[in-house]
Amino acid sequence: MSELIHQNIKLPEGSIEKQTTTLNLGPTHPATHGVFQNILELDGERIVSADQTVGYIHRAFEKLAERRPLYQITPITDRLNYCSSPINNMGWHITCEKLLGVQTPKRVDYMRVIIMELARVADHLICNSIVGVDTGAYTGFLYVMQYRELIYEIYEEICGSRLTTNIGRIGGFERNFNGVVYEKLERFLKEYPKVLKEFENLFQRNRIFMERTQGTGAISAERALSYGFTGPNLRATGVDYDVRVHNPYSSYEDFDFEIPVGSTGDNYDRFLVRNQEMWQSLSIIQQAYQKVQAFKGADAEVYHADVPEYYLPAKKDVYTKMEALIWHFKIIMGEIEMPKGEVYQSVEGANGELGYYFISDGGRTPYRLHFRRPCFIYYQAYSELTQGAMLSDAVITMSSLNLIAGELDA
Amino acid sequence: MERLTNRAKAVERKPMTFLESLYLWNIAKGMGITLKHFFKKKATISYPEQKREFSPVFRGLHVLNRDEEGRENCTACGLCAVACPAEAITMEAAERLPGEENLYREEKYAAKYEINMLRCIFCGLCEEACPKDAIYLSETFAPANYQRQTFIYGKPDLLIPHPKEEPELYAKAAGGRVVVKTGN
Repeated sequence: MSELIHQNIKLPEGSIEKQTTTLNLGPTHPATHGVFQNILELDGERIVSADQTVGYIHRAFEKLAERRPLYQITPITDRLNYCSSPINNMGWHITCEKLLGVQTPKRVDYMRVIIMELARVADHLICNSIVGVDTGAYTGFLYVMQYRELIYEIYEEICGSRLTTNIGRIGGFERNFNGVVYEKLERFLKEYPKVLKEFENLFQRNRIFMERTQGTGAISAERALSYGFTGPNLRATGVDYDVRVHNPYSSYEDFDFEIPVGSTGDNYDRFLVRNQEMWQSLSIIQQAYQKVQAFKGADAEVYHADVPEYYLPAKKDVYTKMEALIWHFKIIMGEIEMPKGEVYQSVEGANGELGYYFISDGGRTPYRLHFRRPCFIYYQAYSELTQGAMLSDAVITMSSLNLIAGELDA
Repeated sequence: MERLTNRAKAVERKPMTFLESLYLWNIAKGMGITLKHFFKKKATISYPEQKREFSPVFRGLHVLNRDEEGRENCTACGLCAVACPAEAITMEAAERLPGEENLYREEKYAAKYEINMLRCIFCGLCEEACPKDAIYLSETFAPANYQRQTFIYGKPDLLIPHPKEEPELYAKAAGGRVVVKTGN
């Protein structure tokens, strides 16, 4: 039989006698949480090699940004890491402010910190509970979802949307925090520690969870650094690198917090680091909330920088005053004074250093804009992380790296 | 690994104790937590019979606003179309003819105004761009239909009900945010 085939069809050498199985994990697979394709070569259940394909939801964000005025790029950044879009939005505003030379008031910085840390909690919450789901524990995921919902309601109160937030403007926020925001924030700060404690009780010392995650998907600090890992995935290997500490933005230097680090860089360490970061974020939110509350009188009404060239005038002035109407038209048409130059600004995104490299030639749109997307970098290491692992561990590794398809492909 | 800062704090990673290695103990512990939730208040609501309250600034489907006398506010300046990052808005302007003063607020108006709801990303920039109080994002959301063509909303779909002829429908569509313009 074999001879017959070899006579008539020219197959590559050894292709019939192949001992391994090829499996397409993705692009649409229930275990991949997004559009990734992995072509796995399996020997039984053990992975011999993994081959990644990127670009299934590539939307050419960098190219799109080249013909849009700055304020229209904010909705594009929403769609990078959509689990924590406010961080992306704030990062973009901070980048623009750096180029335009806008100084934001302290109160705006602290408000931004509150929103960014809430987003970080929401993102880590999703990531960790999804790791739970992939190890077969659905319960924890359901219990914490209520609190992500509460975070989303806080966003909704400020910007009007829940997932793709488009929150904030260049120079500050679109509106001040109202009573409902503070009320919901207080409720969150009061109730969330208990929920997080319960979440930890369900997972952290559970035998099945420990055995599934310990020692799987491990990476050494040296390898992680040479790949360019940042964020929780790098910290899990033991490197205490955090953009909020090393290159503070939005007044992060005023806050007191610790950097949780792991030791082995495996899935369990990543889980622990993210859980600890949620505790740290809670403490940062608490501090920022106190700082925001400390502003009294006219200072308590400040929610944007005083930059009429870049920040839209109030609507009531637009309806009644000619000067305001002219500025309104100019800003909306994108006819702002943009200096020539290039800036790089990075923020500590929920899953790593999210960088914006912005080159301006003085026109109305960016000449070139590059997003440094941490997921794209993590995905390069996925092949190394899964080699020799079991197929079911590869799925946990994928969710534990917090790979978000929107950020991976931009 | 050498520490880069003095803020690092290693996570607690203890080996498994004997008690923790017992499956029965783990089951009891997990079940205990789950059973507690039996007696807690339900977190879900039965949509669509019940609806949660939205924030007054919620960004749902658009409405084209009218003033208190029911005249259209839009002057077809095109600023919303310029501001739209999804390029979902198109319009055609026309001049108001004598005798149409009760229909349109200003001398110029939008004869055709279309929003492609399949393109729209509900970012709210059109509302922010409007200098005439003419477009608002309302609390209505999740439209459903069989044909794609029906998602290209024209003026009949977008215009808010007449405040004098249908005050109840107007109030419902306006929600908490729409500002009613009075006087000239």
